[in-house]
Amino acid sequence: MIREFGWIDVFYLVAAARWTIALTVAAFIGGGIVGVVMAVLRVSGIAPLRWFAFLYVQVVQGTPLLVLLFLFFFGLAIVGLPVLPWIAVALAFSVYGGAFLGEIWRGALQAIPKTQWEAGSALGLSFTEQLRYIIVPQAVRVAIPPTVGFLVQLIKNTSLAATIGFVELTREAQLTTASTFQPFAAYMIVALLYFLLCFPLTQWSRHLERKINVAA
Amino acid sequence: MSLLEIENVTKTYDALTVLTDVSLLVETGEIIAIIGRSGSGKSTLLRCINGLESIQAGRIVIDGVEVNDPGTDLRKLRQQVGIVFQGFNLFPHLSVCRNITLAPTVTKGIAEADARELAREALVSVGLEDKIDAYPDQLSGGQQQRVAIARSLAMQPKLMLFDEITSALDPELTGEVLRVLEEMSRTGMTMVLVTHEMGFARRFGSRVVFMHEGRVWEQGPAADTLGKPKTKELETFLNAVLH
Repeated sequence: MIREFGWIDVFYLVAAARWTIALTVAAFIGGGIVGVVMAVLRVSGIAPLRWFAFLYVQVVQGTPLLVLLFLFFFGLAIVGLPVLPWIAVALAFSVYGGAFLGEIWRGALQAIPKTQWEAGSALGLSFTEQLRYIIVPQAVRVAIPPTVGFLVQLIKNTSLAATIGFVELTREAQLTTASTFQPFAAYMIVALLYFLLCFPLTQWSRHLERKINVAA
Repeated sequence: MSLLEIENVTKTYDALTVLTDVSLLVETGEIIAIIGRSGSGKSTLLRCINGLESIQAGRIVIDGVEVNDPGTDLRKLRQQVGIVFQGFNLFPHLSVCRNITLAPTVTKGIAEADARELAREALVSVGLEDKIDAYPDQLSGGQQQRVAIARSLAMQPKLMLFDEITSALDPELTGEVLRVLEEMSRTGMTMVLVTHEMGFARRFGSRVVFMHEGRVWEQGPAADTLGKPKTKELETFLNAVLH
């Protein structure tokens, strides 16, 4: 039965945005953990570890996110590991986020001059001590604007999770459209909600960038 | 046994030989000035001494510990061998105090409060105790280099290495750094300096080592070696730098 598009639909869409936020947070945490590991491997002194991280980043960056999602959702089921959409989506986004964040953070680590590492090792600090006390604190400043930029991409890309039936903002709009036949109204509200999520972040990123440029 | 023994050291980068059969003994309390034109291998030799560069043949032994032995804990060794670089290499995100206390607190487990006292003492010895809470970018080049010296001194090293530490400074700032070195020489610190400051080498160096084409070409007591060079190459070099 077709019903009118009303405030109740708006309410449902706003409620579904919670899942978009939850998914973004999960993806950012999962991707962040993978990303830290990849970035550190890329600057480590052990060549095979550097190669492994390089290969990981290249392969994942060269794969569409949608394919990763299908791989984790349908692929794991076929090899006898049926997973909930929620788990499949979290895994796929962690793998995806890890590659991009790893690359951003590697760049930030490598932006710190070699002489800083050298000064640290000349004082008897180990690799991890140099990272922790000298390199990372300086690299964080460099990394924040592109990291926030990636977060904005991530929010929008969580919409792909709709394709495997995960009910976040975009999927909720599909459902609303199916029962109201009002795609224009539904998707306008969805677009507005994504914008309201992303706009403050891009503004924050611009602000940080200005602040860092002034400080540097 | 000498404090520093360099025996027949050869260093190559792929096909390029940077050091050829270099030998040098340094006794406790000596001040060695290594001179030579750029590309002669002086800085490389210095960086080999604390293991920042590996060597392909020979031995470097500091106070009985072999630098190039894979079993040697380089981190322990470097706590006893300070090095000051041409480019200061202070940590820009840390205060002067933290620049100095970082290594003692992290590697030696010294408490923060005691470390601050250590930093203050080290800064007194370079005449910068009033800058303890400043940040590196608030200091002049000369002051930054003096902080870098204090940072190394706070580790209480047995041996100090200086890699052209005044080369990046204006002439009027060079003086303040050299005065710190003079002060240090009176405390009996063993120092190996790669330097272009011939005046300093002559007055304070116990020995001058002239390097040429990756070899120790000529060495001897500072005044003699600089005053009456035995080899043509040193004579040419001295003529070039003194005029």
